[in-house]
Amino acid sequence: MKEIIWHGRGGQGAFTAARLLGEACALDEDSFVLAFPSFGPERRGAPIRAFTKLDSTPIGNRSEVAKADYSIILDDTLFSEKTLDELKPGGKVLLNTKKQIDDPRVYTIDGDDIAQKYIGRPITNTILLGAFAAVSGLVEEERIEQVISETMPQRIAEKNIKAVKAAYKEAAE
Amino acid sequence: MAKQVLSGNEAFAYGVRLARPQVVSAYPITPQTIVVEKLSEFVEDGSLKSEFIHVESEHSALSCAMGASSVGARAFTATSSQGLLYMAECLPYAAGGRFPIVMMNANRSTALPWNIYGDQRDSLSQLDSGWIQAYAENAQEALDLALMSFYIAEHKKVSTPFMANLDGFILTHTYEVVDIPTQEQADEFLPKFETENKMSLTEPKNLGFSAGPDTNIFFKYKEHVGILNAKEAIDEAERKFEKIFGRSYTGLTESYKTEDAEYILVTLGSISGLVKEIVDKLREKGEKVGLLRIRYMRPFPNEEIAKALKNAKSAAVLEKDISFGNEGAVYTNVNSALQKAGINIPVSNYIGGLGGRNISAEEIESIFDDLKTEESAVRFIGIGGEADGSQRKNA
Repeated sequence: MKEIIWHGRGGQGAFTAARLLGEACALDEDSFVLAFPSFGPERRGAPIRAFTKLDSTPIGNRSEVAKADYSIILDDTLFSEKTLDELKPGGKVLLNTKKQIDDPRVYTIDGDDIAQKYIGRPITNTILLGAFAAVSGLVEEERIEQVISETMPQRIAEKNIKAVKAAYKEAAE
Repeated sequence: MAKQVLSGNEAFAYGVRLARPQVVSAYPITPQTIVVEKLSEFVEDGSLKSEFIHVESEHSALSCAMGASSVGARAFTATSSQGLLYMAECLPYAAGGRFPIVMMNANRSTALPWNIYGDQRDSLSQLDSGWIQAYAENAQEALDLALMSFYIAEHKKVSTPFMANLDGFILTHTYEVVDIPTQEQADEFLPKFETENKMSLTEPKNLGFSAGPDTNIFFKYKEHVGILNAKEAIDEAERKFEKIFGRSYTGLTESYKTEDAEYILVTLGSISGLVKEIVDKLREKGEKVGLLRIRYMRPFPNEEIAKALKNAKSAAVLEKDISFGNEGAVYTNVNSALQKAGINIPVSNYIGGLGGRNISAEEIESIFDDLKTEESAVRFIGIGGEADGSQRKNA
């Protein structure tokens, strides 16, 4: 099973990304997914986590992910040494930041820059999803585009798809 | 069939839409709200032709559903926790009036302390209200149960309201892959609601009828027989369901690797998925363990439990419930089933997940470890507390 933890702040779309990733992977006939947020009252700006579990057999464990294959962080103020502790051996962090992080486990992308260019707002959830497709190889980029176009209003979907393409390209390089 | 990624609440709402209820009465409460929100969207976009009635409380939500059912309408409502307790007065009314209303309950803790997270103390406190009670494990079962619940409740020999329980958040708010049947398939499965237990302007009857000391017990006996008859209706519904939809269910319980099991964990609801994984893991190490999942608390699976546990060395009941001053209600019921069948094995009770507290894989493994001691005990998971109020020595 592949387990992904999403970190974001309320309003940044971390859970939406967790769900979109689940939907994109579920397009594969034989795949099983669980996607859920850390449960509780929702407040804009408060740190939240969300989880995606991917497997080729039904997933029985509905507990929060303790050790992740990937930890995806939409807001770099939420990144700390603790984030690295929640990785499985060989696990990776995918971090939205303008900073350079000198750690082989951490892959960084300036998602805010891509968001400003294509979406016009600093919302980076789909951008990190595009980067995740490139870094992990666990989901095809086209499938992410497909679920975005199926679940978002057309105008917003178009912007997000452009941003996903740009993020995928940048992360693949 | 269309495969979609849905939450438990959404899946249940799709199941309700397929059943075409004529009346939906709605009052929101976390973590149930999404199911009635989704149904209101279906009514708004025209995909569900139903009278969607906003009411001012849960007491009114069930009263409204009762009124609808009393004139022959298929009625649905949903609630959770404090909402279920607030409508508690109406639960035996609906059951005694033999109104086959379907209600989804999102299992949630009850106050105080105030807590919006999942446990099963809300519905289990209402076991004696005269309702059929089912517990789903995952979102697919939730959708399928939504559709089957109307079939079972409205069955001529049953005519009893149906409470379908989904673990709050863990099931209601988790997204997973769900097959949504077509409306044509659903229509083939579920007949139109027809009943003689209704009134109209040309056939006036009394809704709030009374029965004195001489006759009351006859009504209550018939109510009891009605809910017992649900066993037959559940079997009939599941066989028809499998024929049309290709998915099979196993009646009042689900046995998972119990046939040759020495140690069996009995539980209900969404935690069963994790227990199955642990059973598989321990089986790989050669341990003879199994799971018995209770799908229906009413009618209660006395025979099924006795059959599954009769050759076990010991068993445990894991539940998100405590009947304060005694033990878990599920445990009491399971022990009664074993006693009646003359099965005398040690059975322990594990109370966990209260107020949404996580039950981990390690905790389930340690229950299976405890079972090998073949002793009876009542324990709270994760706090080292025994049911007699003492602390467990090596906790």
